[in-house]
Formats: sequence, C-alpha cells, structure tokens
Amino acid sequence: MKSLAELQAIKNRMKDKVVLRDGMEGTRVVVGMATCGIAAGARPVLNSFVEGVSKAGIDDKVSVTQTGCIGLCQYEPIVEVFEAGKEKVTYVKMTPEKADEVVQKHLKNGQVVSDYTIGAITA
Amino acid sequence: MIRSQVLICGGTGCTSSGSQKIQDTFEAKLAKYQLESEIKLVRTGCFGLCELGPVVIVYPDGTFYSRVTVDDVEEIVSEHLLKGRRVERLVYDDHGKAEADEFGNVALTDTTFYKTQNRVVLRNCGVINPEDIDEYIAMDGYAALGKVLTEMTPDEVIKVVSDSGLRGRGGGGFPTGRKWALCAPNKAPQKYVVCNADEGDPGAFMDRSVLEGDPHSVIEAMAICGYACGCTKGFVYVRAEYPIAVKRLGIAIEQAREYGLLGENIFDSGFDFDIEIRLGAGAFVCGEETALMTSIEGNRGEPRPRPPFPAVKGLFGMPTVENNVETFANIPQIILRGAEWFASMGTEKSKGTKVFALGGKINHTGLVEIPMGTTLEHIIYEIGGGIPNGKKFKAAQTGGPSGGCIPASLIDTEVDYDNLTAIGCMMGSGGLIVMDEDTCMVDMAKFFLEFTVDESCGKCTPCRVGTKRILELLEKITSGKGTMEDIDRIEELCNYVKTNSLCGLGQTAPNPVLATLKFFRDEYIAHVEEKKCPAGVCKDLLTFTIDREKCIGCGLCARNCPVSCIEQTDYVAPRHKRPSYRINADKCIKCGACMSNCKFKAISKQ
Repeated sequence: MKSLAELQAIKNRMKDKVVLRDGMEGTRVVVGMATCGIAAGARPVLNSFVEGVSKAGIDDKVSVTQTGCIGLCQYEPIVEVFEAGKEKVTYVKMTPEKADEVVQKHLKNGQVVSDYTIGAITA
Repeated sequence: MIRSQVLICGGTGCTSSGSQKIQDTFEAKLAKYQLESEIKLVRTGCFGLCELGPVVIVYPDGTFYSRVTVDDVEEIVSEHLLKGRRVERLVYDDHGKAEADEFGNVALTDTTFYKTQNRVVLRNCGVINPEDIDEYIAMDGYAALGKVLTEMTPDEVIKVVSDSGLRGRGGGGFPTGRKWALCAPNKAPQKYVVCNADEGDPGAFMDRSVLEGDPHSVIEAMAICGYACGCTKGFVYVRAEYPIAVKRLGIAIEQAREYGLLGENIFDSGFDFDIEIRLGAGAFVCGEETALMTSIEGNRGEPRPRPPFPAVKGLFGMPTVENNVETFANIPQIILRGAEWFASMGTEKSKGTKVFALGGKINHTGLVEIPMGTTLEHIIYEIGGGIPNGKKFKAAQTGGPSGGCIPASLIDTEVDYDNLTAIGCMMGSGGLIVMDEDTCMVDMAKFFLEFTVDESCGKCTPCRVGTKRILELLEKITSGKGTMEDIDRIEELCNYVKTNSLCGLGQTAPNPVLATLKFFRDEYIAHVEEKKCPAGVCKDLLTFTIDREKCIGCGLCARNCPVSCIEQTDYVAPRHKRPSYRINADKCIKCGACMSNCKFKAISKQ
C-alpha cells in the first residue's frame, strides 16, 4: 500500500458489498415473493431491481428486499416502495423492463411511475 | 448480483454450538435452490448474544434468528430467502420490548440487549467477515493508519490519544497516552510494541471476541502505536487456548502484509512495521506485563520488579509499549473521530466505553459494550435481561481473581475505574459474573483463591505461600472447623499478601476474599458460629433430612443413594400406607441424589 488513494479505491469497491448490512435507512423496495409472486415472474423483477439500483449508484440509499404474499395474487408481481415520510407506492403486474423504468424514474429521480401503480389498474 | 446477505456468527460461543455445520448446510441448501449467485454467506465474529447462539442474521431486512439448528436451515432458505417469508418461530423474541417496523421486523439494534449499548470496540464484530481485509477497509479500516502516516507527527498522535482520556482496558487503567509518551523519547536500536492478548480471567472473553471478530483493528492500532512511539516491531502474545483467534489473527497479518499495510515503507512514508504472533502456554501470570515479556523472550514466564518500567527497559531489554487488545481496538476510532468524540463518552475520569463479558446467573449471557458510568443495575436488568428463574440478585463479581464483588445494596453504582476502586472492587479486564441467592460468597472466594494458588508462579514468597495459607483457612471455614480468630487471621494475611507481593497477581489475589469479607462478613460468621452455609452450597455444613410426614415410603431415595445411607423406619405417616425413610447423617456424602429423585419434595437440605 503506497497511497491513501489505493486504500480509498478498495473501500469504494467494497462499500457496495457491505452496504446491505448498514440497516434499513432510506428507501425500501419490497418485492412480493410468495408462491404466487414467483409463479408470476417476481424473480426476474427482483433481480432487475437489484441490478438497476446498483447500476444507478443509489444502493447506499435504496435497499431491495422481498416479502411474502401481499394478498393481491392476481396483480403479481407486486412491488412496494417505502420512503420515509411518504405514502407507500404499490406497483403491480411488474416486469423486468418496468422495473428498470421504476428505478430510473422513481427511485433515482423521485417521480412515481403512476401508469404501473395499483391505482392505474383498478381505477 | 447479491441481493441478500446471510451473516452467521463464527465466534467461539456459536462455533461450539455448531455454527460451522449450519454454514455448511446453508451452502448446500443455497445450491439446491440455485440461490448461490444471489445470496452471500458471511461468517462473522461474535454478535454478543452468545446465550441465543447459533445466531444468523439476514440482511437487508435485518431479521435476527436465534438458536438456529441444522434442521432449521432448509426452512430459512426455502421460506425466507426464496419466498421472503420470515420463519417467525426462529425470530428472536424480545418479549415485545422492542418496537417492530411496519413489517413486524425487530431490528437487532432495537432489542433491549443492543439498544443502550454503544459499540466502539465491537463495532465490526458480527458485521464484517474477519477473514477478509477488504471488508475491514470498507468499514474505514486502515484509514486511521493512513491518516497518521501521511498527516500527523508522532507527537500529534500521542496528544490525540492522551486527550481522549483512554485508559488501559486490561484492568489497571493506566492512561494509554501517558504510557506512549513515556516510551516515545527513549532512544534505542530497536523498540517494541506488544499486544497483551493473554486473557486469563475465568469468565472473560472480550479480547478473544475482538481478535476473532475484528483482528485488523488491533493490527492497525499496533502500527499506529509503533509510529507514535518509534517502534518498528510488534508482538501479539495470545493464548494458545484461543485457536480461532490465533487463526484469524494469522490470516489478518498475512493479508495486511500482502497489501503492504505491514512491512516496509507503509504508505510511502518511510515507516516500517511488522508483527509476529507468540502463543502463551497457559500460565495466568503471563498476562502480567513483565512476565509476558519474559515469556516472549523465551524464558520461564515470571514477573520482575519494576522499575525499570517496560517503557525504558522492556522486551529484550529495549523500550517497549504494552497494551491490551481492547485498548488497541479503541485507537483507530479515536484517530478518525477525534479525542473530543471519545472523551464525550463516559465519566469524568473514565472515558469511552467498556466491553463486559456477562456470565453467571443472568438471562443474556454474552458480550456487551457500554459507555463508562452505566449503572450495574442497567447492565444486569436491562441489557442482561435479569436473573433467571425469578431468583434474587446477590452480587456481581468483576475483575476475575483480581477483583472484588459488588453487593446488591450497591447495584446503583456507576461502573467506572474509580467508582469500583472506591468500593474495594476493581474494573479488571471486564469479566462480569452475576450471582444469585444460591451462591455462597465464602465458596466463591475459595474458588478464586484455588485459582490463584494454582496460577501463582512461585517467584515471591508472599504470593506463593500466602495465597496457599489463605486458601487453607477458607477451607477450614467452609468445612465447619473455623473459628472467629481465623476470620481475623485471613484478613491480616490478605493485607500482607496484597502489600508485599511482587506483581499484580499476588497484589490482587486477596481481593475476592477482602471484598466478600467487607460485604458478606455475616456469611463467614454463619459458617463459623452456626456451622451453617446460608446459601446451602458448602457440603460439609449441609444436612439432608427427610420430612417423615411428607415421605410416602416409595424408597426411590434409598435406591438412588450411592452410599446406602437411607433406611426405612417404623413410622407410618397418617395419610400414607408405607413407613417413611430416614437419612443416616454420619454416612451421608451430601451428593443430593436423594433430593433430586424425590418426587414428593419430602427431602430438604439445610
């Protein structure tokens, strides 16, 4: 080790890998992953979120987790986004492509993609 | 792409309750469900809640699973990791004391056990993989070393450590900054940094957990110390009985060398530093600094008189700085976050935090780190979860064989160096053994004296002979042959050994006796005058009796008596059909087999 820059480089490289353990601050993306969700294709959606969040460089602010059956099996894959101080946003019938869009618009820029929310479908 | 991490405790407690097997099973199950690329397994150091081990934590949700068995792993993988449903029956139940989030999840850090802890020394234990230097670096590791080598002069480093108010965590409480300042100006061809990891107090495992959970923090601190005091060589003297700690420390030193964080010209600053491990062969006295250095030199581990102090003439006759593991583990954080930050924690003369190993009659056996000045009551009832089985708290033993005890009447004592010394106790290295009403204080003192008699190196007479005589007097009392004069004689002898012994071992060996005499003299008197052990522990003073009114004459006690001292009588209790039994006290060896076998609670001991 010859310089602080080298140390910083290792730290930056590793930060992504341990950031998951920092707890639950910031935004949480929760993917419904019960049998219904998995059958409807929740796994690629989840992976798409994880990768998208990492690529967008916002993985220190956004955590992606999974949950059990949310109860609206016909709308699976369902994804909920929790932000501190804001109302929960529920996206339904997600696909990996839609997931990418949500990452870009909602998680990165704060604009809810209302076309995919449950309100748009049931209304 | 990793979306979830599973942390498995690899501390000694959880390893002995089978966490390695659990890790293997996780690996197999993750492969079965094809989740290897999404889920990462991390084996960490001790989480602190050893009582609940093996412990598994799933991130990012932070679900805390306790007492996980190999059979539970499949369920955790197929339910939680695959489908996202927590396995509720394994989730640690804090009995509703911690607030759950909107998912019903209780974060580990919100439980009563963790909430009021303040983790400085243990910050990485249970969080990072101790066998991966990169994870340590991700947690600001080696940034402090980088900072001192590139931005600070040795004097500035010593000033920060002095200003922080850090005192030696090995028990003595000597100001660390002053120790460094004493060594730094001494000129010599070679100067040494020694880390004392010869943690020998019964019931203490703080240093072990730091070395197992965060070995790099000690390595980094030793290098910082080396820079500040002008030493280029370091030794870690660690007990051979700590195989996991030794292994991880070895790996850590190797990795640090590969990265050039140990070796020559670190951070291009011209500073060289390297560390070697020395294994202790199991002598308690080697935790004493001069004996430890003698042992590193390859000689029989015996202390020598001071002065000259190690700062002037230590290892191999050269100036040496010797600090304890926990002391070192504080250093990188002090450098990074500043002396003021550290000094803001704790009491006036004891700054920072202290790690305690909670043991004995307490619900949450484990490792806790609290700010100095926390009351004993808080440690025992809030963090420790109180005394099991609704028993009453009697006393807490601190400082192992060198320490005293804090009785229930002083439970509101704020724990720091000076308060404990004031009540005739001692902070010690951090073992905290909780005792309930079933503990005999004379017996406890006897236990620690047996330990020091065994461990006395024999070099000086007061310790070698004095401790032996104290033990004999204690044995006389617990066997019911003691007199009131013996109590006075013990006290006199204790004070003599304390003032005349060569090293810390002998000087502190009488402490358990003096403290119990101070707070529980009535128990000593009961042993002598009434020939009774109030707690019902000292066998020679116990008598087992059968209540003939309660005895139904089943004969189970007689059949289980190993010395056949229970016989049937002619007396038949009014409501029973068969004659009752009686214990022949002369033949009874007081093993208690009859009492534990009696289904009618007809046998009592007094």
